[in-house]
Amino acid sequence: MTLILTAVAVLSLLSLVFGALLGFAAVRFRVEGNPIVEQINAILPQTQCGQCGYPGCRPYAEAIAAGDKINKCPPGGEATIQALADLLDVEPEPLDAAEGEKTPVVAYIREEECIGCTKCIQACPVDAILGSSRQMHTVISSECTGCDLCVEPCPVDCIEMRPIETDLRSWKWQQPARQYQIIASDKEALE
Amino acid sequence: MTHWPLDKFHGGIHPPENKSQSNQGNIQYPPLPKRLIVPVLQHAGQPAEPCVEIGNYVYKGQLIAQNMTAISASVHAPSSGTVTAIGPAPYPHQSGEPYLAIEIHTDGLDLWQEPTPEINPSTLTSAEIFHIIQQSGIVGLGGAGFPTAIKLSGKIMSGIDSLIINGTECEPYITADDLLMRERADKILAGVDILVQLTRPKNVLIATEDNKPEALASMQAALGSRAYQVVSIPTLYPSGGERQLIKILTGQEVPSGSLPIDLGIICQNVGTAEAIYNAVVLGRPLISRVTTLTGTALKQPMNVECLLGTPIEELLEFAGLDKQQLSKVIVGGPMMGFSLGNLAAPVIKTTNCLIAGTAQEFPSPEAALPCIRCGECEQVCPSNLLPQQLLFFAMGEQHEQLKAYNLPDCIECGACAYVCSSKIPLVQYYRAAKADIRQHEQKMAKAEHAKQRYELRQERLRLEEEQKAAERQARNERLARVKAAQEQAAKQEAQQAQSTGSISDDELKHLKIAASMAQVALRKAEKQLALHDTEALQTQVASLKDAAKQAQDALAAAQAQLAQSWATSSPAAAPDEALKKAKIQLAMRRAAVKKAEKAETDEASLNSLRQALQQAQQQLEQLNQTHAKASSTENTSTEQKTAAVPISDAMKKAKIELAMRRAALKKAEKAGASADELTQLQLALSEAEKNLAQVSSPNNPG
Repeated sequence: MTLILTAVAVLSLLSLVFGALLGFAAVRFRVEGNPIVEQINAILPQTQCGQCGYPGCRPYAEAIAAGDKINKCPPGGEATIQALADLLDVEPEPLDAAEGEKTPVVAYIREEECIGCTKCIQACPVDAILGSSRQMHTVISSECTGCDLCVEPCPVDCIEMRPIETDLRSWKWQQPARQYQIIASDKEALE
Repeated sequence: MTHWPLDKFHGGIHPPENKSQSNQGNIQYPPLPKRLIVPVLQHAGQPAEPCVEIGNYVYKGQLIAQNMTAISASVHAPSSGTVTAIGPAPYPHQSGEPYLAIEIHTDGLDLWQEPTPEINPSTLTSAEIFHIIQQSGIVGLGGAGFPTAIKLSGKIMSGIDSLIINGTECEPYITADDLLMRERADKILAGVDILVQLTRPKNVLIATEDNKPEALASMQAALGSRAYQVVSIPTLYPSGGERQLIKILTGQEVPSGSLPIDLGIICQNVGTAEAIYNAVVLGRPLISRVTTLTGTALKQPMNVECLLGTPIEELLEFAGLDKQQLSKVIVGGPMMGFSLGNLAAPVIKTTNCLIAGTAQEFPSPEAALPCIRCGECEQVCPSNLLPQQLLFFAMGEQHEQLKAYNLPDCIECGACAYVCSSKIPLVQYYRAAKADIRQHEQKMAKAEHAKQRYELRQERLRLEEEQKAAERQARNERLARVKAAQEQAAKQEAQQAQSTGSISDDELKHLKIAASMAQVALRKAEKQLALHDTEALQTQVASLKDAAKQAQDALAAAQAQLAQSWATSSPAAAPDEALKKAKIQLAMRRAAVKKAEKAETDEASLNSLRQALQQAQQQLEQLNQTHAKASSTENTSTEQKTAAVPISDAMKKAKIELAMRRAALKKAEKAGASADELTQLQLALSEAEKNLAQVSSPNNPG
């Protein structure tokens, strides 16, 4: 009888101690926010273009963390979808965009047509447009993310999206063409 | 004396040397080309900025493109002539794409701007030498083209451990450094002297491979009394790699991710040493280099001292190019070079060799077979990597794994591909993977940058919004205070009115308007009814009639109430009118009494009239009294006048003070002063009011 009582007492004591420890840890080492949101946000291209239907990359990251689909980011393209699929351990899906994956672009203001209305400056999420009221505006192309949010507000349609120019400094080696991906019997099974 | 080689690096191969074709004769000097294409990027790093314009005449050695950043090198005119174009031109690059270049049509005079006297470098300070090297556009001439000034800046100021002069030239076919050492050992050593003066190394090692005995002999002969070690090391590819050579000569391994300078070692090519001599002693910037022209498609393989910007095709023709035989031109060595797409591309600072190969010499690569994991590649890798693992990770684009297996340490020497029994183009996989990783990193960096800018913008907008909201709130509060004050005043008035059961003029007006509107609506409806007699209209007219009647009733009631309130003398509600009425009543009564007196009416009726007069007088007095009280709030002067009270000095003072206080209060209200201040002012105001009341009350009749 004493044995049982001792066991019960010891176990109760232990559970109390560990409960207190866990309770303390829950308060002391509490994580602010959802850490997965940060990781998802780090993968997104930060163009802040809103093409996913959310007002910026972070809101979309939060939506993904809450269970939204991972294929709504056209600027990120397949690479971003793959990275998100790896991170979240879900199946990658084809990109959900009407025009498919776009080539990287930057905004360009035809400066002689600009009337200096500052509307595009207000629309730019990364402050990449320079200018002031009734002065010509221009795009700092190194800061432009190519989100095209400035195109729509322009009252004189003087903004266009141009593909980023490539030269031999941005040229890169391609992997050699592969002829031997699978062994012969597998190839036959496929055919 | 230490015995070299001290050590050996892992792996390495012995490809056919093919050096004897081109190292037989002396360095040749091809004729001055008519057209020079001088790209602004002839080195590793940022391009230089053109500083001449089309049509300018340039002298030989004149600066034509300035280095704008640290990791860049200036470009000088290789010969005198006229600038005819600045724009994209053929460029020696594996992509085959053009690049910005300055085109010069030479005038054949080869004029230097001004003859510079020979300078004794020992008279120059380190800073002066460094400046000359930086301004002369000198880059590593071994093939990588890293700006020399960068290598010589920073930690070297405190002196270095070893200065290594690299004359190993390990890659097959190339003999440019070999010939340079044979023919210009004195100039190379003079250049090394300058480097020694600049870096103060503990020991100086000049290394060459043992397949170049003439170069070794020439260097040793030129050495004289200098305490430099000229070392011959066993021939092995790629012992000329910077890290591999350091391992051989010092036994030290440069750690992954750090530079030789971190170990106190600086490595320079023999060609670079000569260029430093030319720049510092002769005052000549880097405008030419020794290049090997070789390959079986050339009749006379040779080494040439050629001007930078010379079209490659002209040089090959100088060496007897057989176009029928030519299969491809390789820039650089056969191991690390690339095949050139456009022969119009010029020689640049990094072009150490041009191989015009025939189809037999460079057959098209055999089809790659699957990796059989033989492990040969691992045996020859000079960087101690696992090439087959890297291959699989590169094929799967597993960037994290590639980095974990140290792909960045790959020097792309091609030893693994050379020994691969499956003929897999391993290096191309690594180059593609490296480019992918670099591109991905740039993308991430850009995303991070964009994120920071976005967040900063959001923060700025939030602050602006907060400031605006605060301003709005302050404005609203001020308005609310003013309104509250007004409301309080109105309420006080209303309370006074209610306490005497009166109706204000405004209300009466409203009622009148409502009544007349109801009448108009009723009339309209009646007209409609006369035109179209419908039930709906009838009911409408009936209801309108009711409403009109109600409005009339309300108006009548209000008027009655107002009349009553006048009759019962409610002075506070409409003080002036009440006062007037009372006065009129008084006057009328007085007149009636007088009339009655004149008419000699009977005592009783006269008495009653007199009583009425007295009553009226009393009423007036009462009114005046209340007015005196009310005067403290408003219309003081007029009321005082109506009360016909002489105004004493004390009263004047009190009034002035009251007016001042009131003005102060209003001002404060307008300026949006705090509640505390306002209450204080109000207190002061009420005090002044009290003061005035005290002063004026004894003068008041009754």
